[in-house]
Amino acid sequence: MRLQYPTNVRVIQLPCSGRVDILHLLRAFEDGADGVYVAGCMEGDCHFLTGNLKAARKVEYVKTVLSELGIEPERMEMFNMSSAEGPRFAEVAQEFTQAIKELGPSPVPAAQAA
Amino acid sequence: MIIGDSKPLEEILEMIEGRDKVLVLGCRGCVTVCNVGGEKEVGILASALRIARKKEGQPPSVEEMTIERQCDPEYIEELAEVAEEYDAIVSIACGVGPQFVSERYPLVAVFPGINTTFMGGATEHGVWVERCQSCGNCLVHNFGGLCPIARCSKSLMNGPCGGSASGNCEISKDVPCVWHQIVDKMAAMGRLQELETVWPNKNWLTSRDGGPRTRVREDLKQ
Repeated sequence: MRLQYPTNVRVIQLPCSGRVDILHLLRAFEDGADGVYVAGCMEGDCHFLTGNLKAARKVEYVKTVLSELGIEPERMEMFNMSSAEGPRFAEVAQEFTQAIKELGPSPVPAAQAA
Repeated sequence: MIIGDSKPLEEILEMIEGRDKVLVLGCRGCVTVCNVGGEKEVGILASALRIARKKEGQPPSVEEMTIERQCDPEYIEELAEVAEEYDAIVSIACGVGPQFVSERYPLVAVFPGINTTFMGGATEHGVWVERCQSCGNCLVHNFGGLCPIARCSKSLMNGPCGGSASGNCEISKDVPCVWHQIVDKMAAMGRLQELETVWPNKNWLTSRDGGPRTRVREDLKQ
């Protein structure tokens, strides 16, 4: 398909979105990520039944932590798409990047490269 | 186990304001099991505190440590070489933890990171309910195994009261009336007549009303 999506999106692969942990998401913000999103399967289509639903609840938790810290909760989102939806993946990457660009840089300075 | 709730981040940030080097101290006891103060929660709280500090341009020196139990001196001793390096220790154990830590390290400022709420158990993953009030004189066997002290809003020994409706307590539709449950259970067990016993006033001296409690086992004491 050779679809284009913004180069600033860094993909971290997990066996299931349910594997994502609150700590993974917080550490990304701690290291200065301007936005983080979890791309999980469509609701009802999880191979492990509820992985994507659990991921969504963790995303909600992180949003509350960000709010408590005075950081826009919109910097953290969850999107559902099927693995057969390449164009949707690229579209979400573009849309989320655009939304984060509108919010501006994270108030947490980026970590220095080692 | 002892159940707790995380304190709001804002309250913790206020506590440690102006204190540079902070340790978030977890406990592998009850608070690990009720997902509020174990190694995982230490990581989450420490990460949130570092984000807050970085955001304000302050040095994010928040470190993490989890010990076996904060209610036993031998584990508190593990902090001996490092405790005084910190300007603040945030203990996310039950209320016993910050007290044991500050008693052992009197020069270090120790803060509670959680609110200890009750003694209870998990009815399902993520749901905890109160089951014991440590009254010091257990009588649950007289009430079908259900505790009217901890589970009745009025701690009635001779219930139910007139506020019980459709099996629920008058304080909230979400609170089951334990006396309704006691009567149902005793009836199912064929022991309903036992509830005709009228209980005299309970002696609360064994509870907190008798002042702080100490338990000594002479055979174990060294």
